[in-house]
Amino acid sequence: MVESAAVTASLAPARPLGALAAASRVLPAARLTALGDAARLVFRGREAAIGPAGEAFGVALPREACRFNAGNGRFAFWLGPDEWLLLAPGAEPAPLFAAIEAATAGLPHSLVDVSARSVGIELAGDKAAFVLNQGNPLDLSLDAFPVGMCTRTVFHKAEIVLVRHAPDVFHIDVWRSFAPYVWELLEDARRELA
Amino acid sequence: MLIITCPWCGARPEVEFRYGGEAHIARPADPSALTDAEWADFLYNRTNPKGLHAERWRHIHGCGRYFNALRDTVSDFFVTTYKAGEKRPDIDASSGGSK
Ligand SMILES: [Zn+2]
Repeated sequence: MVESAAVTASLAPARPLGALAAASRVLPAARLTALGDAARLVFRGREAAIGPAGEAFGVALPREACRFNAGNGRFAFWLGPDEWLLLAPGAEPAPLFAAIEAATAGLPHSLVDVSARSVGIELAGDKAAFVLNQGNPLDLSLDAFPVGMCTRTVFHKAEIVLVRHAPDVFHIDVWRSFAPYVWELLEDARRELA
Repeated sequence: MLIITCPWCGARPEVEFRYGGEAHIARPADPSALTDAEWADFLYNRTNPKGLHAERWRHIHGCGRYFNALRDTVSDFFVTTYKAGEKRPDIDASSGGSK
């Protein structure tokens, strides 16, 4: 088995935001960060499988619409009444996948590894919500979109998962082929500020 | 922008939704027992009312779920929305639609 540095490098995950992030201006009112690799699993299942899946993941799957639970640096995002996105930044998906499969064996469900499907962007700062609203029609006031909320929505013509970690900190998860589109439109909105 | 209330997610902007046609149309249990005219009626003929219309919508850029809505086809006003599988609410055209 041949394993050279060149081969390893060519198999390294493509980073669709690498060049854009390197050229991004620093703007404290709306800081833009391309987030690193993460394990992402989509779990769908009926009642019996939901509890065991959360236990195996280490974070209970939230039952309230458009809310997430967090723990040990991992996140369980409610996407639909029987659908969750499980996110573990920096983790390998395979062991997580195996653990959840073991815990839900025999219980009707589906579990899909979508780690390579999307990339994460963090938008933080006083003007984060203002920048998002240039391409997202949701009411992002804290009453309507509180800390702890997550949802699929749109940013211009791209579908995103939008998460509010803190009043001024948003996480955007976007399919990787749409990521440069979303990033550049976020940059465009930031130009309003400085 | 038109606001549509998803039964799961609450009030959301219309760009997150897709229209799904008239609601409460059940596929015939035994299609081969139908005449061509009856089958064509199931496939193609819709009520197309002027006024309240029960119709399917999908919160495609949200929770992804299909649900039903009662919408006034004259004013485009959404009188109510309800989960798929629930009965059509007993509301007549005069009780809504003009707001
Ligand atoms: Zn919804």
